Amino acid sequence: MQGICKSFPGVRALHDVRFTLRRGEVHALMGENGAGKSTLIKVMTGVYEKDSGQIVIDGKAIHFRSPQDAQDFGVGTVYQEITLCPNLTVAENMFIGRGRYAFVDWKQMKEKTAELLASLGIPARPTQALSSCSLAVQQMIAIARAVDMDCKILILDEPTSSLDEDEVQKLFSLMRELKSRGVGIVFVTHFLDQVYEISDRITVLRNGEFIGDYEAASLPQVELVAKMMGKALDDVSQMKKREPSARDSGEPVFEAKGLSSAAGVKPFDFAIRKGEVNGFTGLLGSGRSESVRAIFAADKVTGGDIRVNGKKARIGEPIHAMKLGIGYLPEDRKGDGIIADLSVRDNIILALQVMKGFFRPFSRKQAEAFADEYIERLNIKTASTGTPIRSLSGGNQQKVILARWLLTHPEYLILDEPTRGIDVGTKVEIQKLVLKLAEEGVSVTFISSEIEEMLRTCSRLIVMKDRAIVGELSGEDLTEGVVMHVIAGGGD
Amino acid sequence: MAKTRAHGFQVLLPLSVLAILVLINLIKGADYFSISIINGALYGNIPNILFGASELVILAMGMTLVTSSSGGQDISVGVAAAITSSVFVRVLLTGGGITWTTILAAFLVSCAVGILIGAFNGALVAVFNVQPMVATLILFTAGRSIAFLVDGRLSPILANDLTSQIGSVIPGVPIQTPIILTVVFIILFAVLLKTTNLKLYAESVGINAKAARLNGLSPVRIKFLTYMLLGVCTAVAGFIAVTKAGRHDSVNLLKFVEMDAILAVAIGGNALGGGKFSITGSIIGAYTIEVLNRTLLRLEVNPEAIKAFKAVFIIILMVVSSPVLRAYVAKARIRLQARSGSAAAMQTAAAGAASPSRPDGSGKEEA
Repeated sequence: MQGICKSFPGVRALHDVRFTLRRGEVHALMGENGAGKSTLIKVMTGVYEKDSGQIVIDGKAIHFRSPQDAQDFGVGTVYQEITLCPNLTVAENMFIGRGRYAFVDWKQMKEKTAELLASLGIPARPTQALSSCSLAVQQMIAIARAVDMDCKILILDEPTSSLDEDEVQKLFSLMRELKSRGVGIVFVTHFLDQVYEISDRITVLRNGEFIGDYEAASLPQVELVAKMMGKALDDVSQMKKREPSARDSGEPVFEAKGLSSAAGVKPFDFAIRKGEVNGFTGLLGSGRSESVRAIFAADKVTGGDIRVNGKKARIGEPIHAMKLGIGYLPEDRKGDGIIADLSVRDNIILALQVMKGFFRPFSRKQAEAFADEYIERLNIKTASTGTPIRSLSGGNQQKVILARWLLTHPEYLILDEPTRGIDVGTKVEIQKLVLKLAEEGVSVTFISSEIEEMLRTCSRLIVMKDRAIVGELSGEDLTEGVVMHVIAGGGD
Repeated sequence: MAKTRAHGFQVLLPLSVLAILVLINLIKGADYFSISIINGALYGNIPNILFGASELVILAMGMTLVTSSSGGQDISVGVAAAITSSVFVRVLLTGGGITWTTILAAFLVSCAVGILIGAFNGALVAVFNVQPMVATLILFTAGRSIAFLVDGRLSPILANDLTSQIGSVIPGVPIQTPIILTVVFIILFAVLLKTTNLKLYAESVGINAKAARLNGLSPVRIKFLTYMLLGVCTAVAGFIAVTKAGRHDSVNLLKFVEMDAILAVAIGGNALGGGKFSITGSIIGAYTIEVLNRTLLRLEVNPEAIKAFKAVFIIILMVVSSPVLRAYVAKARIRLQARSGSAAAMQTAAAGAASPSRPDGSGKEEA
């Protein structure tokens, strides 16, 4: 692929991107959120038509008009979410939608499936229902299906994100088998270790632009991270290992030991002192959001001890955390934050109202007063308190959610990506607000994809990688170089 | 006062439909509003509508809550009312003497059964995540047989003055009792909505259950609660229906009322997918359906053909109120304005359309 451009109204998603895949290689496609990975893949698979540029397969220029086109040219895709039918059998899933005939030769279908499964070493029986296979096996079956359709190019979009380590290894051996058969594999993932384990080459995208393609063996992890984040690594100071005992000044407001959740974070210890601002950092998918979600019980908590102000506490549901004085602004504003059709006023008072109780609604006057107070304090731009929150801009929606939690007067506030997708002015306002809250004695955990922002606001950074904490930085170590080094290599 | 404005807009459609229907009735005969007094009580078209719609109004209110919180409908309300009323009759007839006290006691027992039924449906919907319509299909299928088993025989008769007074008129009171009961129920409902956070919670859960949970709500409990409240509504509706009829017909009592109750919610401008709701809209919707039924009768449409006419009317109503048509109207209005507007206005519009810059975020999130 050469010079691929793709624009959406108002946004240039891809600009002059190149991507070359050789026969029989595993090629990792890397980039942070919004780098253009998904768009590029969708162009490769014919979901989107490119605006300009060229796609060449085996020396021939090709133009995909639809996903069917791409499939006919031997481009197979397996997505993160399995797109097969769980209630059909393995064999049916292999052949569904491929027959040109109205009648099915069940016997032949079963035999062919058995053959294929055996040749690829997939542990499944043709007559088994797909849903009875593990996720990894389902993924492998999806791959086998693509392979059987004579695919020369196989695109694996985040195939390992829901697999455990053993399953990942099985998937990798399948990938190696396919590689030896000459299939070119595009591998999209955010797990750095996996990239180095299986890939031959790496292409990095950032903000829709082509950064470069590299031999995996000659690109150290630190440099890869730097390229993804767009930072030059001129002065990398010495990397520090995680110190088990953090500085002990002041009582911890919140303490967790061995906390883990159903979302798959490895058990971790965590503490925050009164008036402290700390942050979780790491690449996308490193588990930073999942960790704070575990603190608030936003995901099902599977283990761990919690102490709030030194006293043992149990947080099984968000309401428990709220009653202990914890507030949580979620990363996914649309999905987890706003109640889109409700008014700005209702969105502001909701959390406090729920804490107050079902039988004790705020009077209309009181609710209006709360809303007016915070609209003014946070400078929220809305036509009225009764305007549905969905009609506000992203930044103002975020401020409403922030207002919701400030109104509960939390002792400990968790802000997951409060500044994502909002304008620079608002970003600065929110950062200032965080520092002001800290001065008033509120503890804040602050998460942002932008490292400078974290360095400016946080006095301690917890670095995560592959869903585990790999380092904790404070004081002099709070520089971009050190943070990147820990992200890249801290796991050993 | 944005709330009142939005509220007003939502009930505008059912109100205008109601007005059209009344107009048709007035054209048919100017005596439409005339009220006569028979045996000391008011009779006439209006009282008859209020009388006839009682059960539907009560069910529509409960249906609105369930729709809001769970984004689905309970199709077992008619059947549930048949069960609760069969329990009421059974308890009353086996309890010995029929007095106001025993009636109240039997009614309370039937309410408990209604809550139980609501809890059953609510558990399926809220805990086991069964589609509301599928979950309530179970009772819809089995319910009338259960009511028959409770009855023990075909159509037990309530032959006594007290229950027939509840179903018609209490001597000395000029308004038919079911109308009074309905008004009392509406008031109780209003008090419930005023003194609790039911509306805020149900709407939050219906709009975004995940976000509601992160604000400390339990979507499971709130859905469950709305189904139990609908259970109370079915018990009250069943009570009114059986006292009106004077006997318990497990096969025909409130037959097909569930569809009308859902329709009332829809006509009231409520989204059947859940979320924000207006009880007032549903109440007006319920009365609209009753007026429609009676108008068709008055226009001497063959009773066998009424359903077909009703269907046509509903199709028109739904298409008129659909977002598709609304968007089309809005677009047509803009086009008209552009055509009649000055050249300068058109130029700015064209410039706006041509410039590629849009408020950011729209495309960014896509990428």
